[in-house]
Amino acid sequence: MTRHIIINLFRFIILVLLQIFVFNHFQLMGFINPYVYILFILLLPLETPRWLLLFLGFILGYVIDYFSHSIGINIFSTVLVAYLRPVFIQYVIPKLEPGPDVSISIKQIGFNSFLTYTGILVFIHHITLFYLEIFRISYFFTTLKNAILSSIFTIILILISQYLFYSRKK
Amino acid sequence: MRYLFAFLRKNNIFFLFLFLEIIAIVLMTKNRTFTGSVILNSTSQFSGSLNKSYSGIIDYFDLKKTNDLLVQENAYLKNSIIQINNNYNTIIPPDTIYQYIVAKVISNSVHKADNYLMLDKGKRHGIKIDMPIISDQGIVGSVVAVSENFCSVMSVLHKDSKISAKIKKSNQLANILWDNMDYQRGTLADIPSHIDLRVGDTIISSGHSLIYPEGIMIGIVENYNTRTGSSLNSAVIKFSTDFNSLKYVYAVQNSRLEEMLLLKEEVEND
Repeated sequence: MTRHIIINLFRFIILVLLQIFVFNHFQLMGFINPYVYILFILLLPLETPRWLLLFLGFILGYVIDYFSHSIGINIFSTVLVAYLRPVFIQYVIPKLEPGPDVSISIKQIGFNSFLTYTGILVFIHHITLFYLEIFRISYFFTTLKNAILSSIFTIILILISQYLFYSRKK
Repeated sequence: MRYLFAFLRKNNIFFLFLFLEIIAIVLMTKNRTFTGSVILNSTSQFSGSLNKSYSGIIDYFDLKKTNDLLVQENAYLKNSIIQINNNYNTIIPPDTIYQYIVAKVISNSVHKADNYLMLDKGKRHGIKIDMPIISDQGIVGSVVAVSENFCSVMSVLHKDSKISAKIKKSNQLANILWDNMDYQRGTLADIPSHIDLRVGDTIISSGHSLIYPEGIMIGIVENYNTRTGSSLNSAVIKFSTDFNSLKYVYAVQNSRLEEMLLLKEEVEND
């Protein structure tokens, strides 16, 4: 239990720092902005209660908003993902039973399940975020394109991080 | 009543979710109406000093480019001095209305719908709300929030930004807007259709808004198509400022601004 808290606290700090100092300044081809911080919500332990998920989503969104000159948009999309997470876990990985050694990773749930799970939630998060940021209907397709390409980039980064950090453990 | 409580208890997660999302929406709408006051939060000491130490590290990688820019500006200023010396007898005494405060950009964005910069100068250094920010390349934005040591600047790359501009060769007025998601280009709107505007014409600030001084470089007309039947046209301009590589900027202090505003108020009240 304590180990879980320490690991997740550590992950929270690392992801927030990476987001505000690296990925917020990152723009491939002028419009790809990955929001990798959402990985924190995706990787929380299975037995995390839903109310805690929502509060953690709120805090994470608030911290990111605070450092990126925006108010509310990251809170909104992160809380949305935190709310939808258990629903998708149920559909994508129904056989997974919560337990002390069970975590959401490629090693544990397999590549396909992991990709579907992260893919769907990252898309939801990015699309909400990008539309809230623009807040205008006139750029519907440009925003959609930016959101989709940025999501793909975020997903690739998440997959790379999985192989970097989890391949050594058995 | 009992059913209501049972209903609430049964769906408590959903209501918590709804509650948190409503807070987010309230914050968002507040942000859109009182941009300045909410952004002041992120100008606060903590995020300011964090950004400052980060930019301190990153700066080393850009030293060469910054150096080149400074050398260029130096050369330009030297040339101006020679010109002024040559015309010394004919020139009107230089006006000292404007004073410049040098500031360093410690955080910047160009790829969002609303872009802001943070500078390492604040109230202590004489920065005030609405102060124009320019760079040696041209216009940058205006101050929207100040704290003791830092300030937030609304970049020209902001969907609410509107700058009174004029065409240099004909002195005709128009407005600069930004809404095309491209940090290098903006829109010159409200051009009267009888104006002869050509690709390559220079656009400068008009000075009429009382925010920006007159004659600050904004950009060059890149594309202009007249539409028949409409009395006001618009053109695409390329900004002279490279917003993506801003390092040092100047805040312009107008020592007669209060006098000007007072006079304007007097006229409007009559």
